[in-house]
Amino acid sequence: MPKHLISIHDFSRDEILKTLKAAAAFEQNPSQPIFADKVIASIFFEPSTRTRLSFETAANRLGARVIGFSDIGNTSVTKGETLKDTIKMVSNYADLIVIRHPLDGSARYASEVSSVPVINAGDGTNQHPTQTMLDLYSILKTQGRLENLKINMVGDLKYGRTVHSLLQAMSHFNPSFLFTSPDELKMPQEYKEYLKKLNIPYQETKQLSDGINDADIIYMTRVQRERFTDPIEYERVKNIYSLNLSMISNCKPNMKILHPLPRVNEISQDVDSSNHAYYFEQAENGVYTRMAIIALLLGVENL
Amino acid sequence: MEKQLKVSAIKDGTVLDHIPSNQLFKVIDILGLNKSSNQITFGTNLDSKLLGKKGIIKVSDKYFESDDINRIALIAPQAKINIIHDFEVVEKRVLSIPSTIKGIVKCMNPMCITNHQPVETLFTTIVESPDFKLLCHYCERVTDKDNLKIISNTQ
Repeated sequence: MPKHLISIHDFSRDEILKTLKAAAAFEQNPSQPIFADKVIASIFFEPSTRTRLSFETAANRLGARVIGFSDIGNTSVTKGETLKDTIKMVSNYADLIVIRHPLDGSARYASEVSSVPVINAGDGTNQHPTQTMLDLYSILKTQGRLENLKINMVGDLKYGRTVHSLLQAMSHFNPSFLFTSPDELKMPQEYKEYLKKLNIPYQETKQLSDGINDADIIYMTRVQRERFTDPIEYERVKNIYSLNLSMISNCKPNMKILHPLPRVNEISQDVDSSNHAYYFEQAENGVYTRMAIIALLLGVENL
Repeated sequence: MEKQLKVSAIKDGTVLDHIPSNQLFKVIDILGLNKSSNQITFGTNLDSKLLGKKGIIKVSDKYFESDDINRIALIAPQAKINIIHDFEVVEKRVLSIPSTIKGIVKCMNPMCITNHQPVETLFTTIVESPDFKLLCHYCERVTDKDNLKIISNTQ
């Protein structure tokens, strides 16, 4: 096992599968206070309710004590302390560090400075590997497999780090992709070249209706207003990329809709009660996946 | 007619020839020659069949490690390195871009940690002949040749 989880490429296919297996074990038995003697630092240099609560729940269910901060307001960071110094200090107190930071690459740097394992809980627009891991767990759990799935990624494919990491992680499992996005938010060329090199098929479309009936997974993302220079264009796109119940009437029975949340209006409320909606369970899966990652990085081998 | 050298010959040391004129001072910077105590002569905007205008640097009694000299391949890939002993060229070296670049280059991503905290940059070189790109070890973004900015060595 690598010492840290900073980027989804840090874990091999086997290490990903091992993590997902451990997550399943924790879901079976979520209260396993195996780390009653451990302290986990949860240091959030920018706010993130969902990720922080999910990590802290995971740590608590493992019996560990949690220290840290949820914003930098009352910390020495406001006095100009460098990230290096903060990490050096925290790694003297804690057995593992969970870090969220607004700068790209900050978590990798923290892992090089820290004497204890570091988990990246989001570094700017770069990586958010535990989100990817819980997405994989959700796919595995709902489909019974990761191999040979058809995945339709919808919305902001240009800036959405979750879709980029998921694409890279799924590439171990012979998927095929459909990328549904407006022209402004298309999947960047570098990721398409990455798929071409691996002979993984993909198609692109602007029509949300195109890729619903044959998809196993529809991965929705939020289209953000600030990505558009033209507000009229944003209004148009926002309404087009809204999934409602009537649109999924002919989909495959096993099809599940995932969304990293928060959702705005890209999934209509009437979808929530459908058995294809999976985004709230997906968020719950984050706790088990994070328990698994913490346990494996702290050296637990047999779960 | 005897050919006259614009930059006088050295007895022993290293000659860096065929440096693009506009990169000459960057090469000096990258190699840290501004801090060197060796005797250094250089010329720039000299006529060159290959480059039109070229620069040349002669450093007496100095022989560079391959890793050090290869760093200038980023900005002067066609430079020729001649090792001089007793006024004779005893070895010609060809530059190759190192597989990793530590320091020297700035990451083009303004949100990269290396542009905000005292962190030395580190890149993996991706060669796509004849071009190359640098993948940042920290933010995982690519800095291409056109956006290459050299971090000054002068401070």
